[in-house]
Amino acid sequence: MAAVAVTSAPLDLQALIDEVGGASTADGAVASFIGLVREENQGRRVSFLEYEAYEPLAVRALQLITEEARASWDDTRIGVHHRIGRLELGEASIIIVAASPHRAHAFAACRYTIERVKQIVPIWKHEHFEGGDVWLEGATADPDDEAAREAARRIACA
Amino acid sequence: MRITVRLFARLRDLAGSGELVRDVEMPATVETVWRSLVDEMPRLRDYERTMSVAVNADYAKMSAKVSDGDEVAFLPPVSGG
Repeated sequence: MAAVAVTSAPLDLQALIDEVGGASTADGAVASFIGLVREENQGRRVSFLEYEAYEPLAVRALQLITEEARASWDDTRIGVHHRIGRLELGEASIIIVAASPHRAHAFAACRYTIERVKQIVPIWKHEHFEGGDVWLEGATADPDDEAAREAARRIACA
Repeated sequence: MRITVRLFARLRDLAGSGELVRDVEMPATVETVWRSLVDEMPRLRDYERTMSVAVNADYAKMSAKVSDGDEVAFLPPVSGG
């Protein structure tokens, strides 16, 4: 699988680390993030989630995010896989890997990527909980919103 | 001219379909397409302030021109991750 992907298959962190890190001996650090389906949300007991994506635009948005991260941390390489379809509690919905000569850059790029995913990638959670279901809606996606981008950078560098 | 409208998440549920084919008069913008859609399905109107739009799988503005054969997508606020 490419370094950036939207897939209905279970996510494989080691495969993504291998894809991004490869055989490089220049790296001193790999930071990773795994997003999981949690059993509780806003007081509701979650049964399972269904993720939907506008796939071609989601892949483009993920690529844009990794380019933004590289512009900020230019020695860092990033991979991100987002899963779609039905996910059970405890399953991974997203995995992010950032490889760099230096840990500060790896951590920052990893955090920046998840913050930006939540801002601009056209993917939606349909939450099924005990007693009903609801579409979750977060940010209005606007890749040109400089304030949102700066907020993600601030969090990444905090 | 003929365009394809793509709707996602709750917008898709409200419309009852994720893909609609519509004829619109030229010249048209994303906004023209949205107006005719809301005329047809007023329940979509609430999303006007919060949605994003895309033309041919690229983020666009409401003022973007659309051409015959284009795919115009209306996207509720996102919740990935």
